[in-house]
Amino acid sequence: MTLTAVILLGAFHGINPAMGWLFAVARGLQERSRDLLLQSLPVIALGHLASVALVVLAVSATGSIVTATALSIGAGVVLVGFGLWHLLSRRHFRWVGMRLSLPQLAAWSFLMSSVHGAGLMLLPVLTRMPASHHGHALSGGMLVAGVHTLAMFLTATVVAVVVYEFLGVAVLRRAWFNLDRMWAFALVGAGVVTLVGAV
Amino acid sequence: MTLWKPDPTFYPSPRDAAEAPPEKLAYVAAFDRSAQRPDALAVLDTDPGSPSYGTVVGWTDLPYTGDELHHFGWNACSSALCPYAPHPHVERRYLIVPGLRSSRIYVYDTKDRVSPVLVKVIEAEELGKRAGYSRPHTVHCGPEGLYVSALGGYGDDGPGGIAILDHNSFEVLGRWEVDRGPQYLAYDFWWHINHDVMITSEWGTPSMIENGVVGELLLGRKYGHKIHFWDLRKRRHVQEVDLGDQHQMTLELRPAHDPTKTYGFAGVVVSVEDLSASVWVWHRDVRHGDGSRWAAQKVITIPAEPASPDDLPDVLKPFGAVPPLVTDIDLSVDDQRLYVSCWGTGELKQFDVSDPFKPVEIGSVRLGGIVRRQAHPAAPDERLSGGPQMVEVSRDGRRIYVTNSLYGAWDDQFYPDGVGAWMAKIDAEPFTLDEGFFPHGDDFRGLRPHQVRLQGGDASSDSYCYP
Repeated sequence: MTLTAVILLGAFHGINPAMGWLFAVARGLQERSRDLLLQSLPVIALGHLASVALVVLAVSATGSIVTATALSIGAGVVLVGFGLWHLLSRRHFRWVGMRLSLPQLAAWSFLMSSVHGAGLMLLPVLTRMPASHHGHALSGGMLVAGVHTLAMFLTATVVAVVVYEFLGVAVLRRAWFNLDRMWAFALVGAGVVTLVGAV
Repeated sequence: MTLWKPDPTFYPSPRDAAEAPPEKLAYVAAFDRSAQRPDALAVLDTDPGSPSYGTVVGWTDLPYTGDELHHFGWNACSSALCPYAPHPHVERRYLIVPGLRSSRIYVYDTKDRVSPVLVKVIEAEELGKRAGYSRPHTVHCGPEGLYVSALGGYGDDGPGGIAILDHNSFEVLGRWEVDRGPQYLAYDFWWHINHDVMITSEWGTPSMIENGVVGELLLGRKYGHKIHFWDLRKRRHVQEVDLGDQHQMTLELRPAHDPTKTYGFAGVVVSVEDLSASVWVWHRDVRHGDGSRWAAQKVITIPAEPASPDDLPDVLKPFGAVPPLVTDIDLSVDDQRLYVSCWGTGELKQFDVSDPFKPVEIGSVRLGGIVRRQAHPAAPDERLSGGPQMVEVSRDGRRIYVTNSLYGAWDDQFYPDGVGAWMAKIDAEPFTLDEGFFPHGDDFRGLRPHQVRLQGGDASSDSYCYP
C-alpha cells in the first residue's frame, strides 16, 4: 500500500510538464536530437532526487528529537499550509534561460522540485516509517526517495519520448491540465492524511 | 484567476500559431497631439462577417491627458509555455499601455468586453524610482515577467533601457540591466529566447526627439545607429554592432520566430548620405572567431524619390527629395514575409524573406506620402496625409494592418498641413488593399492612430520556445 502510494506520487510528479520532461523535449527539439532529450531526463531526475532526499534528511533529523506524533502533526501542518499557499498565491517559479549545461539542468530541477514541495508530498509516508532506530528510518526514507524518483523518471521518460516522437508539443494546448492546482490539492490532502494518522 | 487548461491563444510553436483563427478585434492606440483631450484605445471590428466590419466598435478614453500613447503589448503570450518557467494557465487579457510622453503605464482589461476597462495605473514616479527610467516604449511578455523598454532616464536624459514588471501584479520590479556596457540610447528590443539572447536598438533620448527631429543632431549623426546584443540570462551587454553612423535611427527589431534560428531584421529610418532607408539582417558571425559573435549586413536599400522643393515641407526642402523613412517593419509568424513601411514616400512593401540574406520584393501598396498623397480606393477623392507607419501582421500571415501616425512632433514636421488619421488593411495574397476596411478621419475622433494589437496575438507579440 505504502509502496504503491510512493510509486503513484512518483508518476504524478513525472507526468507534470513543469517537473522537467517538457524541458527535455524542448532541448531535444531545439537541437533536433533525441539523444539530448534522453541525456536530459536522468539529470532532471537527479535534481528531483536531491530535492526529495533533503526532505528525508529533515524528517529523519527531526524524528530523532521529537515523538512520532509531534513529527506527524508538524509535517501535516507544514503540508496543509504549503498547499494552501500554492493554491492561493499567484506567484510561479521564475527562471530565465534555455541553454543550460547538464549540471545547471540538475540545479534547475532541484529548485523546481523544491519550490513545488515535491518531497513534502511524501511526508505522510515518511512520518509513518518505523522510527525506533534512527539509522533505519534514514535508510528507509532514502529507499522511498529512490523508488519515488525512479517512478518519476520512468513516467517522465515515457511521456517525453511519446510527445517528442509521436504527438508533438501542440498536444500541450489540449492536454496540459492545471497540474499546479491539482498539486496544491494533493499537498493539502497529504497534510490531512498525515494529521489523521497522527491522532 | 488561473485556468484549468492553457489559454487557447498560446501556441507552442510558430507553426501552430499560423493555424490560429482570424482575429475579430484590433486594438489601436490613439493620441491627441494637442494634449487637450485624453488619448484613447480604439477597438476596430476586423470580422469580415460582421455588419460593423472596418468600423470603430469600442472606445476607451484614458483618465488623463498628454500621455501620447504609442506602443503597447499583452500581459501574457505564448512564452508562458516555455519549459523552464511554465505558467500556461494565466490568461492573455490585459493590455499594458505606456504613455510615451507622460511615462505612465496603464493596464487595461479586455476580457469579455469590447471597450477595455482600466484596472491599474503605474505612475511615472514608480517607474522612475524603481527602475530609473522614463518614456516607456516597447512591451514584451517574457516567460518570467514583463519587459518594457524606455527611452530616457529618470530625472536624466539617459541612459534608456529596460524595466521589468511583475506579470501578475504589474508592479515595477526594477532595472533589467546588470551591466549595460557602452549602451546609452534605447528604443526597441526583443530576443532569441531559446538562445538566451536579448537584442536592443537605438533611437534617441527624450531631448533628442520630443520637440521634433533635430536637424543638427541628424546631420551630426547623433541619433542611434547600433544594435546591441545581451546575455538574456545574465542581463549583461555582450556586443554592439555599429551599422555605420550614416545610418540614423535603428528602430524596429524583428527576430525570426523560429526559435532554432539566430537571425532577425532591423529597420533603419534614414541614411544621411543619400536619404535612403535600409533593412539589415543580424546573424551569428561565422566567418570570424568561434561563431559566438554577431554581425549585421544591409539586405534592403530603399532610395529617396526626387521631388520639387515646392512640394516638400521645410525640413526636407534643402534636399529636393523625399526620404522613404522606414519607420516600422514586421515579420510574419512563419518568417517568410517581411513588411516594410515607407512613411515618407507612402508605401508598404512586401518582401519574400525565405532567404533572409536575399529578400525579394514581391508586392507594394501606395497610400499617402509626403508628395504623392495617394488616395485609398475606398475614398478615391481624398488626398491622404501620412503614410503606412505601424504595421501589424495577423498570426496566419494573411492580413496586414497599418496606421498612419509616427510620433506627434515628427508628424507635424513631415506633414505640416496635418497628418490626418487613418488605418488600412491589406490582404497578403494577392497584395492589395481591402476596400471594405478604411476607418479614417472623424472615425478616430480627432486622435492619431499608432500601434495596432490584434485580439489573441499577432506577429510582433508572441515568442515561442518550440520549433
